[in-house]
Amino acid sequence: MTLATLHDWVVTVDHKRLGIMYVVTGLVFLVIGGVEAFLIRLQLSQPGLTLVPADTFNRLFTVHGTTMVFLVGIPIVFGFANYLVPLMIGARDLAFPRLNAFGFWILLFGGALLYFSFIGGDGLYGAGSAPAVGWFAYAPLSERAFTPGNATDYWNLSVLVTGFGTIATAINLIATITTMRAPGMTLGRMPVYVWTMLTVSAMTLLILPPLSAAQIMLLLDRFLGAHYFDTQAGGSAIIWQHFFWFFGHPEVYVLMVPGFGFVSEIIPVFSRKVIFGYATLVVATVSIGAVSFSTWAHHMFTVGMGGTLNSFFAASTMLVAVPTGVKIFNWLGTLYGGKLRFRTPLLFCCAFLFQFLCAGLTGIMLSVAPFDWQLTDSYFVVAHFHFVLFGGLLFTIFAALYYWFPKATGRMLSERLGRWHFWLLVVGFNLTFVTMHFPGLLGMPRRIYTYPADRGWDMLNLVTTLGVPLQALAVLIFVVNVVYSLRRGAPAGNNPWEAWTLEWATTSPPPAYNFATLPPINSRRPLWDVQHPDDPDGPHE
Amino acid sequence: MSSTALRGRAGVIGFILAETSLFAVFVVAYLFYIGKSLTGPFPQDVLELPIVNTICLLSSSVTVALATRALASGRVARAGAWLALTVALGLAFLAGTAQEWRRLIFERGLTIGTNLFGTTFYPLVGLHASHVILGLVMLSLCAAFAWSGALKAAHTQRVELVSWYWHFVDGVWIVVFTVVYVIGR
Repeated sequence: MTLATLHDWVVTVDHKRLGIMYVVTGLVFLVIGGVEAFLIRLQLSQPGLTLVPADTFNRLFTVHGTTMVFLVGIPIVFGFANYLVPLMIGARDLAFPRLNAFGFWILLFGGALLYFSFIGGDGLYGAGSAPAVGWFAYAPLSERAFTPGNATDYWNLSVLVTGFGTIATAINLIATITTMRAPGMTLGRMPVYVWTMLTVSAMTLLILPPLSAAQIMLLLDRFLGAHYFDTQAGGSAIIWQHFFWFFGHPEVYVLMVPGFGFVSEIIPVFSRKVIFGYATLVVATVSIGAVSFSTWAHHMFTVGMGGTLNSFFAASTMLVAVPTGVKIFNWLGTLYGGKLRFRTPLLFCCAFLFQFLCAGLTGIMLSVAPFDWQLTDSYFVVAHFHFVLFGGLLFTIFAALYYWFPKATGRMLSERLGRWHFWLLVVGFNLTFVTMHFPGLLGMPRRIYTYPADRGWDMLNLVTTLGVPLQALAVLIFVVNVVYSLRRGAPAGNNPWEAWTLEWATTSPPPAYNFATLPPINSRRPLWDVQHPDDPDGPHE
Repeated sequence: MSSTALRGRAGVIGFILAETSLFAVFVVAYLFYIGKSLTGPFPQDVLELPIVNTICLLSSSVTVALATRALASGRVARAGAWLALTVALGLAFLAGTAQEWRRLIFERGLTIGTNLFGTTFYPLVGLHASHVILGLVMLSLCAAFAWSGALKAAHTQRVELVSWYWHFVDGVWIVVFTVVYVIGR
């Protein structure tokens, strides 16, 4: 890469380049967070190991969680949105391209800040310090009295500034989707993916500022001697949890719902059918967004909120299963009777369907407050949310990467390597995370750095760890696939999957201006109409 | 309406929504901690109703609306005058807040670390004041552009967006006034 190319990428305000930079950033952090997870699993593979000291273990799971949510999930989700939303609605770019660049660079800065804590965490007093307060940094435990040093402040500032970038990008996406759709691209014709991004962007505006506010309060406590979370001065020990989870739970949907969007784009194309029940899918998407605001305290069943509140949050949490279940049937209905083409993107979508269903079922189990009292903070919970974010989200992200890589680069990814990637990841993932439920059921708490040998958890932990190398190998194969295909991959052409949404109407990769001319948009599948003028979609919608 | 103006509007509405959410948490924290301070000074002992301040800030919403209207009809000098008056009213509000804080800190000994009242009061009122400052910077720029002749009737929609932000800052003040000076006292 010449210096001029590098310069072009650094100063770019093009949504496609920024989108690629977001996704690559997310994937780099995925590898870093994955290495941290590997170390965690090595330490837990057998009882009584001293591979990783207790302090370091706390830092590892803190930085792993923070990385995966804020530096992997968010950048990949919003990176794809950057790339795809303007193309899918036939726009030239996002509404505010410079704001977009700001959002990316401040996110990268936030990521650097988090990892700088490794050397800067305790100022001059020693290297090797990183935040150890968990990714949710429960106050008052994260107050200065209990967590001295600067490592927690690096966590705080890092998440705070990445949050500003994400808010900016969410505003940008909303403005783009509401005001810059091509003529004919009515709301009812937008690809489902664009609907999911509109929903989660709106959610982001409402949930991220409360996190920022709570973080500012924590900074005020730690630096100016305020008492927001100081129980000695009469402050509440649980109000941080309310603020955090008001962000933290909807955040899960902010990450997961765009994954639903990917699946809703990919399954129809590889089933050669229109999406089954477009309207219900859109309504379900918006409903998930709406209901998610009233579920946060199911993370707090054990703090003693009382029967009324526990019942309310249990019920509202179960309610989320309704629109989510609707979606599952939308996808199954699309697959049903389709001419299925089992290419890599569809493989990942199918695994997603099974794994996400399991994730949802354990979620409903945990929403029952008395059940949660037994299993809260156990490995059952860890297994549950890894099923959501890994078995659900990450699988859809890989589906999306295989599906849109040809559009972004002009080259196809190798199917053969893709299949290796898929099967290794499915086996590795399920080996690790199906097994992980059981030590949880047997009472193994999360966030312990080791455990005694007499609890019956040994074999289960070993099997859990044995799945990790398979997943690492799968990701390595993906990296090889990307590097190889960028040079040698088969040329993609404009529309290698014979898809119907607008991004496939332009060249691969698209020119800076996206579209020289747009096809007429008279239905949800404008390219179908172009290919089949005798049987356009419009009358059927 | 041009598409640039539309997307500007959408952007500012989104921004205001996010800001509302930010303020909401500080307001909730304030309400939650009313009456929970373990030591004084307590709000009822030290807070006085900022009537003049409130009148200044609320009337500045009217003046900024008049500025936008004047600009829309091409009377740039008049718009500039209304903008300048808006800035003056905003500055008067800030001066009142500064005066209040000086009295609370140096005469009543209330700081952010004194008790829960201080902890929740200064960040809430201060967050609002910082938004007033940001608004004043934007309004001053508009006024300066009007004075230099750079501002034209064609820029009405942009000035209008600044005025939306300013109305939002006013609206937040009504909430802060109600919560801090009425309910909390």
